[in-house]
Amino acid sequence: MEAVSLQKVVKSYRRGKETVEVLSGLDLEVAEGEFLAIMGPSGSGKTTALNLIGGLDHPDGGSVTVCGERIDQLSNAALARWRARHIGFVFQFYNLMPELSAERNIELPLLLTGLDRAERRRHVAVALQLVGLSDRGRHRPNELSGGQQQRVAIARALVADPSLLVCDEPTGDLDRHTADEILGLLQSLNRQQGKTVIMVTHDQKAANFASRQVHVDKGMLIEAAAAA
Amino acid sequence: MKYFPLLWSGLWCKRTRTLLTLASIVVAFLLFGLLQGVNAAFSHGVEESRLNRLYVQSRVSFTESLPLAQLSQIESVAGVEQVAYAHWFGGYYQDPKNFVFSYPVDADRFFSVYPEIELPPDQLKALINTRTGAVVGADLARTYGWKIGDHVPLKSQIWTHPGGNSDWEFDIVGIFEEPVDRSQEQSFYFNFKYFDEARAFGKGGVGWYVVQLRDADQGPGIAAAIDARFANSPDETKTQNEKEFTQSFLRQFGDINFLVNAIIGAVFFALLFLTGNTMMQSIRERIPDFAILKTLGFSDDAVLTLVLGEALLLCVTASLFGLAAATVTFPVMKSVVGVARLPPQVFLEGLSVAALLALVTGLPPALKVRRLAIIDSLSGR
Repeated sequence: MEAVSLQKVVKSYRRGKETVEVLSGLDLEVAEGEFLAIMGPSGSGKTTALNLIGGLDHPDGGSVTVCGERIDQLSNAALARWRARHIGFVFQFYNLMPELSAERNIELPLLLTGLDRAERRRHVAVALQLVGLSDRGRHRPNELSGGQQQRVAIARALVADPSLLVCDEPTGDLDRHTADEILGLLQSLNRQQGKTVIMVTHDQKAANFASRQVHVDKGMLIEAAAAA
Repeated sequence: MKYFPLLWSGLWCKRTRTLLTLASIVVAFLLFGLLQGVNAAFSHGVEESRLNRLYVQSRVSFTESLPLAQLSQIESVAGVEQVAYAHWFGGYYQDPKNFVFSYPVDADRFFSVYPEIELPPDQLKALINTRTGAVVGADLARTYGWKIGDHVPLKSQIWTHPGGNSDWEFDIVGIFEEPVDRSQEQSFYFNFKYFDEARAFGKGGVGWYVVQLRDADQGPGIAAAIDARFANSPDETKTQNEKEFTQSFLRQFGDINFLVNAIIGAVFFALLFLTGNTMMQSIRERIPDFAILKTLGFSDDAVLTLVLGEALLLCVTASLFGLAAATVTFPVMKSVVGVARLPPQVFLEGLSVAALLALVTGLPPALKVRRLAIIDSLSGR
């Protein structure tokens, strides 16, 4: 079954008086349980495609079906509820809230659920354990290394048990060794937990951790290659 | 409650700025508490006024005396139940700053038209039978440690004895309570006869008459009838009901309500800009944080509520500290308003003002956050 299906997706942005078409009829299918790497040069439209898949933006044309739902037809409020239920986000710069501890950051998506405090704490503990940071829960982001912060971000993405993990350059701000650890973590989440992972990267070594790679250029899918 | 850590952490992301803003709001609400407390204490006296009592004073001025000879004429006006009279003494105890609300009264008549003053009958009898006798409110007695049997000297700022001496001697023969309006327990009543015989000037004059009516509904007609009776005489009168009289009495100190509202208005006008600016700055700095919350699934309305909640937390917390400080310091206002306790409604009014302040200062940044586009905010556009 398809986790993601993009059909003839068009998306443009206005830059000053100019309209720039970023996606020009993009088609993309991602199967459930797949680990897909989207590659391409800067400005190719890969992050725009990821934003559409994550329900952060609306396309100008075409259809976007994710987790069985036509999300291009949802209102902003419905899209917010849908994101909370289905998507976990991991960003290049972690995007943790600086004043909150790791635990509180991870707990954020659970605030939108009906779980009580004890259940939320239990879920947070499991997520921390999964990313190997059980002893860092009380630390604030500025007390953690880059790799640890990204692990916290991954724990936050996982904690509400989404079916799809959307990762935008998750290792772009990390050294090679730490990057490999994070990618290994994403890979194990894909293989052991069955999470569908879609990762945008321009790092070939990072893309090698995925089960499939696609290349986007000038808003079109130009090539697909299966990893070993 | 589950959002509290999120709100609290947002508030403290710039510690110094938040502390300074908190301090400004605390001071503003301290001022609010004290001034509104004074206002409320004065208004309470007005609200407790009874409509079945009229006050007759000189048409010229409150400080002008009326002849005691008018008493029988007022008593003869149809609808009048009984009439008492009193005068303003302007006394103080030992030091001019120890002002005492002191009045010479015709005790028998006076306590009959004020049934709300609880004075035991034997003490009233003692007052009537003791030339230099005086009865004092329980609160005033507590203030100076007076008790029955004490000999108390007061000085008057107005009245002297024939030799020019302004020292007046009194013997405390009773202590009264007034549960309806405790501020009245600051009063000091003594015999008009003693006052009239011993004063150097103004003999036979009273400050005002208190007229008790058979039917309160007839008040306006009786007031007009009394004033008509003395029209074109050397001692024209102005008759008002108790509420009007109390208000005009308080206006001697200035229009307290206007002054209080003007000061509080100016303070809160300035505070509005200060708090509004703090909120705007704080939210602007945390746009990426709100974009992340939206990314995680917080709706537009949820982030709007969070920002308003943060403003509410800031304003209400600070106002609680300010109002608590006002409660602690309010007893110093006792010499002005006669009560030592901040009226509870001031606390509630203060919290309402804090909520309104939060709404006004929090709404513009909350709407900004509600409108923000996730993609633009995350990419710093």
